Amino acid sequence: MRFVDEFRREADAQKLVRAIERLVTRPWTIMEICGGQTHNLIKFGIDRLLPPSITLVHGPGCPVCVTPLELIDKAIRIAQQPHVIFTSFGDMLRVPGSTSDLLSARAQGADVRMVYSPLDALALSQKYPDREVVFFAVGFETTAPGNAMAVWQARQLGLRNFSILCAHVLVPPAMQAILASSDNRIQAFLAAGHVCTVMGTREYEPIAEQYRIPIVVTGFEPLDLLQGLYIALRALEEGRWGVEIQYTRSVTRDGNVAAQQLMHQVFEMCDRQWRGIGLIPASGYCLRSSWAEFDAERRFDLSGVSTQESSICIAGQILQGLKKPPQCPAFGIQCTPEHPLGAPMVSSEGACAAYYQYGQPG
Amino acid sequence: MIDLQCPIPISDYPVVTLAHGGGGRLSQMLIERMFVPTFSNTALEALHDGAILELNGTRLAFSTDSFTVSPLFFPGGDIGSLAVHGTVNDLAMCGARPLALSAGFILEEGFPMEDLWRILLSMQRAAAEVGVPVVTGDTKVVERGKGDGLFINTTGLGIVLPSAHIAPQRAAPGDVVLINGPIAEHGIAIMSQREGLAFETDLVSDSAPLVDLVMRLLEVGGEHVHVLRDPTRGGVASALNEIAAKARVGIRLDEERIPVADAVRGACEILGLDPLYVANEGKCIVIVAPEVADRVLEIIRAHPQGGQATLIGEVVQEHPGKVFMRSRIGGLRVVDMLSGEQLPRIC
Amino acid sequence: MCLGIPGEVLSIEQNAAGIAMGKVRFGGVVREVCLAYVPNVQVGDYVIVHAGFALSILNEEEAKEVFEMLEQISALAEASPGDDT
Repeated sequence: MRFVDEFRREADAQKLVRAIERLVTRPWTIMEICGGQTHNLIKFGIDRLLPPSITLVHGPGCPVCVTPLELIDKAIRIAQQPHVIFTSFGDMLRVPGSTSDLLSARAQGADVRMVYSPLDALALSQKYPDREVVFFAVGFETTAPGNAMAVWQARQLGLRNFSILCAHVLVPPAMQAILASSDNRIQAFLAAGHVCTVMGTREYEPIAEQYRIPIVVTGFEPLDLLQGLYIALRALEEGRWGVEIQYTRSVTRDGNVAAQQLMHQVFEMCDRQWRGIGLIPASGYCLRSSWAEFDAERRFDLSGVSTQESSICIAGQILQGLKKPPQCPAFGIQCTPEHPLGAPMVSSEGACAAYYQYGQPG
Repeated sequence: MIDLQCPIPISDYPVVTLAHGGGGRLSQMLIERMFVPTFSNTALEALHDGAILELNGTRLAFSTDSFTVSPLFFPGGDIGSLAVHGTVNDLAMCGARPLALSAGFILEEGFPMEDLWRILLSMQRAAAEVGVPVVTGDTKVVERGKGDGLFINTTGLGIVLPSAHIAPQRAAPGDVVLINGPIAEHGIAIMSQREGLAFETDLVSDSAPLVDLVMRLLEVGGEHVHVLRDPTRGGVASALNEIAAKARVGIRLDEERIPVADAVRGACEILGLDPLYVANEGKCIVIVAPEVADRVLEIIRAHPQGGQATLIGEVVQEHPGKVFMRSRIGGLRVVDMLSGEQLPRIC
Repeated sequence: MCLGIPGEVLSIEQNAAGIAMGKVRFGGVVREVCLAYVPNVQVGDYVIVHAGFALSILNEEEAKEVFEMLEQISALAEASPGDDT
């Protein structure tokens, strides 16, 4: 596959690994906030190729993991309504709410369907005009343009049976929350390549300036990840800070203006609870009141949905990179992919699932 | 005496979920902790693709499989041809030449007679291709809404070749792991038809009978052929994990060598699926002693079902029970058992 | 959510709501993709697609840069052989 295979060549990867080994003179701690990057770092074994002085911390980049418990409980309640077709990306289906999850709800009779795109959900609402179709709009800024477009098209087409349950989260506020914490040990970030494809890189500049850290906007293929790490380490070794773009084949400083414009029409910023972390102000998107008829939270009666966090699950500390999954007492025992206590064990890009599945060889 | 208290954590799983049928850990748990101890006997406990029974010095292979595929007609086959291939392949994986099949049908009220006819013709063609008669069967009809169109069960009886000594436990350090062609085609072909995930491709299911291929390679490899397994649900990864666990050996794969067709790669990339966990219906994992590896590979490659056969890994002494893979860029990762159902990733 | 894959644009048309849609090929499969966010896209371009939406047109010149930088890094290494002791 073009523009994929070239970035997975062993000889090139090994060149970068050697270069990193020669470059590094002291220990450094770097965080990526992107589930896709976490997944690939472990899947390709990159974390094992790096010199031991480099500590990679996997940040809260899995939107499935940080979706608030309350929204999952609401999703289940909506899915249980008899006339509803509840649609979602695959990963969300297994994430545990307070007492259940969407797959279990399906096992009990709810019409829960997996889709690849919000446009598929839109197509379902056209196909089944007498059913209510709801799409679980989870994700960072990367999925927001798609969800905005789905809602916008729903209005164009005059659809009365389509809505989204909005759970969007934003990266920069999370990055700030981590940096502002007194426990923080992160010295540089790899920023998410597709989030920045949409949003551009400007909003990271004040963060890099304020905290004097390198932020390198990185892609997903092994060569991208290794090059992003190299650039970050080079900046750290040279005592520089600021935003650099590794993923230049997709990311520009301004980002995708057309996407930002439609997102701005449909969404506004709002406070958001991050599962396991807590409230981060102005860290999410919600539908503007002019689009209220497409907001599932306003369309359905969700009073009486009461939420309870697991007392054992330390997802919050995992997501903030304060602990590694094997340090959790429940890891691999009470908490496994078959029986997860928290989201990072369920989502295939969650840190706990990644550790469990890909493990530490040898 | 069997203690009839249910051994699975029923409080955790009060109802059966799709994951219990996925071919991964949960399926394994259901089978090993609920079914096997309840029926408890040596033939069952071997837990290979079929059971081996001895009758007056002849070994018989006995296997059953049920087919619930949706859609019923898919690129490369249908539930009928799949039902025949699936069971004759299970017999072949025991080193047996199939003797006869039975076919049980559960039809839903309202199922189009024309579709049933098409499926029967497809079964007849598939069975004739392998030279196996369908000698007995059963038909039931359930009320509309209770049956998803059609379910088929096929059961097969075969005679194990005297030279065949196949068992997962025979995998030994030093053995090589071969596969007869590109992986994940069946699962992706099916997925391409699913509402909500549809994409265009000329990819077809690899559903095919492997009997002849197996007979040929057994002629050459004889008792040096240690394990045969068709990696259906749960994919190559789950099958190899089961073998590694039963034989208490480690398995090392080389990602670069695992054959994957372009169409499958494309689909897996966009859906975020790992081809190692996707179902195959015309593939055979062959684990052989190193001294016959070259000849066995040659004979498979010469066969129409094995043109792209290749060596994908080896059996090792280290990390018993676990499967590892050297990634394309030289890193190392664990290839774990599938836990529930593999769901397309979004990220 | 980051699973964005580069695909080749095969055709472009408008849907019922007046939005640009296209057929995009990824390896051996083709999928319909919304092209509204890449208004300057042309047939033959590669786009990064996520969840059914093209988010950027892949800049092929920039793609080459990754390998040029790799060359520079290797050249640097040869110029001053690393103190790997």
